[in-house]
Amino acid sequence: MRGRATLHAWLMLGPAMLLLVAFTHYPVVATLWHSLFSTPRGARPARFVGVENYAALADDPVFWQALSNNLLYALGTVPLSIGLALAMALWVNGRIAGRAALRVAYFTPTVLPMIAVANLWLFFYTPDYGLVDRITGFLFGWGPTNWIGSQETALGAMMAIAVWKEAGFFMIFYLAALQAIPPVLYEAASVEGASRFTVFRRVTLPLLGPTTLFIAVNALINGFRLVDHIIVMTHGGPDNATALLLTYIYEVGFRFWDTAQASALTMVLLLILALVALAQFTLLGRRTHYR
Amino acid sequence: MSATTLTPTAAAQPRLRLGLWLETLAAWTLALAWAAPLLYALWAAIHPTGYATRFELFAPLTLDNFTAAWNAAPFPRYMLNSVLLVTFVTGCQFVLGTLAAFVFARSSSRWAGVLFAIVLVQLMIMPDMLIVENYRTMRALGLVDTVVGIGLPYVASAFGIFLLRQTFKQVPKELEDAARIEGCGTFGILWKVYVPLARPTYLAYGLTSVSYHWNNFLWPLVITNTVETRPLTVGLAVFASTDQGIDWAIISAATLLTSAPLLLAFLLFQRQFVQSFMRAGIR
Amino acid sequence: MLITRRAALGALAASPMLAAPAVRAQAPVQITFNYPVAVGGPITKVIDGYCADFERANPGIRIRPVYTGTYQDSITKALTAARGGDAPQMACLLSTDMFTLVDEDVVVSWDELPGAEKGWMDSFYPGFMENSRTGGKTWGIPFQRSTIVMYYNKDAFKAAGLDPETPPKDWAEQVAFAQKLTRRQGDSVTQWGIQIPSSGFPYWLFQALTTQNDVRLMNEAGNRTFFADPKVAEALQYWTDLSARHKVQPSGIVEWGTTPRDFFERKVAMMWTTTGNLTNVKANAPFPFGVAMLPAGRRRGSPTGGGNLYVFKSASPAQREAAVKFARFLTEPERAAQWGIDTGYVATSPAAWETPKMKEYVAGFPAAAVARDQLPHAVAELSTHENQRVTKALNDGLQAVLTGRAQPVPAMAQAQAEADRILRAYRG
Repeated sequence: MRGRATLHAWLMLGPAMLLLVAFTHYPVVATLWHSLFSTPRGARPARFVGVENYAALADDPVFWQALSNNLLYALGTVPLSIGLALAMALWVNGRIAGRAALRVAYFTPTVLPMIAVANLWLFFYTPDYGLVDRITGFLFGWGPTNWIGSQETALGAMMAIAVWKEAGFFMIFYLAALQAIPPVLYEAASVEGASRFTVFRRVTLPLLGPTTLFIAVNALINGFRLVDHIIVMTHGGPDNATALLLTYIYEVGFRFWDTAQASALTMVLLLILALVALAQFTLLGRRTHYR
Repeated sequence: MSATTLTPTAAAQPRLRLGLWLETLAAWTLALAWAAPLLYALWAAIHPTGYATRFELFAPLTLDNFTAAWNAAPFPRYMLNSVLLVTFVTGCQFVLGTLAAFVFARSSSRWAGVLFAIVLVQLMIMPDMLIVENYRTMRALGLVDTVVGIGLPYVASAFGIFLLRQTFKQVPKELEDAARIEGCGTFGILWKVYVPLARPTYLAYGLTSVSYHWNNFLWPLVITNTVETRPLTVGLAVFASTDQGIDWAIISAATLLTSAPLLLAFLLFQRQFVQSFMRAGIR
Repeated sequence: MLITRRAALGALAASPMLAAPAVRAQAPVQITFNYPVAVGGPITKVIDGYCADFERANPGIRIRPVYTGTYQDSITKALTAARGGDAPQMACLLSTDMFTLVDEDVVVSWDELPGAEKGWMDSFYPGFMENSRTGGKTWGIPFQRSTIVMYYNKDAFKAAGLDPETPPKDWAEQVAFAQKLTRRQGDSVTQWGIQIPSSGFPYWLFQALTTQNDVRLMNEAGNRTFFADPKVAEALQYWTDLSARHKVQPSGIVEWGTTPRDFFERKVAMMWTTTGNLTNVKANAPFPFGVAMLPAGRRRGSPTGGGNLYVFKSASPAQREAAVKFARFLTEPERAAQWGIDTGYVATSPAAWETPKMKEYVAGFPAAAVARDQLPHAVAELSTHENQRVTKALNDGLQAVLTGRAQPVPAMAQAQAEADRILRAYRG
């Protein structure tokens, strides 16, 4: 009986595991393997070079800039998109007029294809007659700003798009969590005469803990993954001001055709993500065990 | 907790009312900012290109942009391909995800834990980075330039397995025991007890998966060659041309045409969608 | 079970495509032709039409046209496919991809192909062939080629007291005109004098400036660059001075994609951009406009640009023969002329400009001939071994200077050092 159950389990797991291994784990191992060889070019076949590709990375100033840009990008987008997602969820869950419309508005970025939307954002960021400049000019009397064409603002402009793309998606998770909080808890709090802020801090926030963790991990991963708009809008420019690890991988792998170097870069990115995963398991694992 | 029941107390606390008012303002401002690209696309798409950057109330209306966008590529066929693709991917994800999640949810063995950790690795790794390796695999399988080829790398989804496992774990043991007493086998229990209870998860996950694959670009571009297999996003790239500068009117029209099905679906099902996320216990 | 049934249907619907390539192998000679679209309009339909016409005239050959996105997507796709052992037989790719394709050992030179006579290969403008030949071999056949020209707003010229029929003829005049054309209101500028785009591929526009300053950026073998030449820094100084010193161009990076729109919106009076924009400007400029050769520095000059036709090694002898036939068909004077008129690309051979159709078009729209008249001054677009990596070194330097982070001389010296490091391996 026990043996049959195990067989069943394997049969049920089999297809999914097979495909996962074929399209995720095997390519990763292949990438690691290739990162230890030189890039084959025409008549010159690949040869084993050990850690040479990694040493070349360490000497590459663009790599370091992409790395630091990326950390900044992640640190900037993660808290902001989580904070906004929480605010959005509280609003559309609360008593604000026109909740349904707000919900749809917040969610639209998730539905629009980035490849097209990036071009619309290009208009928003256009100096002078672009939408952002018109609004800042009207509200604050600012002059034209070259948002994506100057070193100081380009990365920030890209981060804003990432936050725009993500917050609405994360809102859904918070919303679901909020609606699942038993109303009894709120009633008890209001009997005690607690202020809205106290209720939020003492009741709502602790109950949202696991959701926040789940979202934070996803947001952190997206902080390294969400780069379509950068590839369309700035190609990592000006002068690498918006270069991130993934855009640089794309550039090295598919523009320079230095696949070995791209493999080494990929391994660095995977290492960073593995650290994120490790944090997830230690934090999330503790939370989920009580179930 | 509606606004009307709160009015008496709110009146007693002017600070609270002001706060609420400010919050409403903030919420709407944010909504406007979030919907701005869509609203702009609506504006630009129904006016001649000259008005794409000028907002005049009485600008002439036109549908020419839609016609031009529609004619620039065989969009009906692309649309069909996209539908086939998301149906295939989401369908397979449901089946494979359900089977795997069922095992992970019920098994408490160390091995299951290890395998689950192996599955979760995929949450971190983006297929976009593995394009060269995956192309080689597809070529070996003879699946280059097929809809199956576009979908296959995504068919086993760690995210889906993870969500379904979380849902399945919440199914009370008593229900399963009751079904077993009634004579259900393993598959019977899965089909009659677990799957119906996880319906909200399927809807929630299905919609996110559909919108991801509907909008995915780089991999479909690389793996497909012909009109018969390409999805909409690859067709959309025609308008992202670099030589000529950007024609926002046509891009907007094309964006609206291609995202219309998803937007409509969300508008129609948004209530069920959010509720299903809630019931799915994704939190 | 609805879902699984649908999934099965999906798989079923996909299966004929799965089988298709294998079945057709014995049928008439079939070649796959990858091409990018870089201009607006129903280009895919035009190409499909060419293929259908060609098949009608050559019943034994089938052309499978594959639209492959932008130029960048196209080279990505071609090389990914070639590495996966699945290259197309023929493709239109950037002329500057030549060294990359040769180094990857995936293309064959046209000289080795049956039916590619020397007379035909010499029938194109020499300016276009510069980027199509290296090491004594011809690797590319010019197809959708372009060059940079200046577009200017005649109304703005009149308003500034300039003669709308006399565009600036040299660098000094360009600055002087731009100063007159720049309109200020207090601190803000309502109309800029000039825009030379600097996003994405600034090296291409910069190469016009260096050519005008009478300096070459690379050698013919593609293994040496001359970024550290003082004249290069001088050209860059001129460019950055337009913003920083003369204040006639917006500061920071000028976006390529939005520059034509800036022009239509009267935010800028003169712009440098590709001839591929001609059809677009003609359709959308709400004022009379002029097209002019780029102003001269020490001399006139502009790089060429755009795409060439390449044949891949994967093609069988029969496919190679078919590819040559198709390339000759595409470049016939009549067709090259029509293609130029439809797209704004520069018709690639003198014969194409002699066709009645083209003559009639030029008579009605003289601006179309400016690019042709500028061709004698044109040079090959920057292209070296490991082309994209070398151009990136230059692009980064240019953008650093244009965003005020570096000075021209050290920035160009650094770009040269980086290029030397990359190209050392290719010097024998």
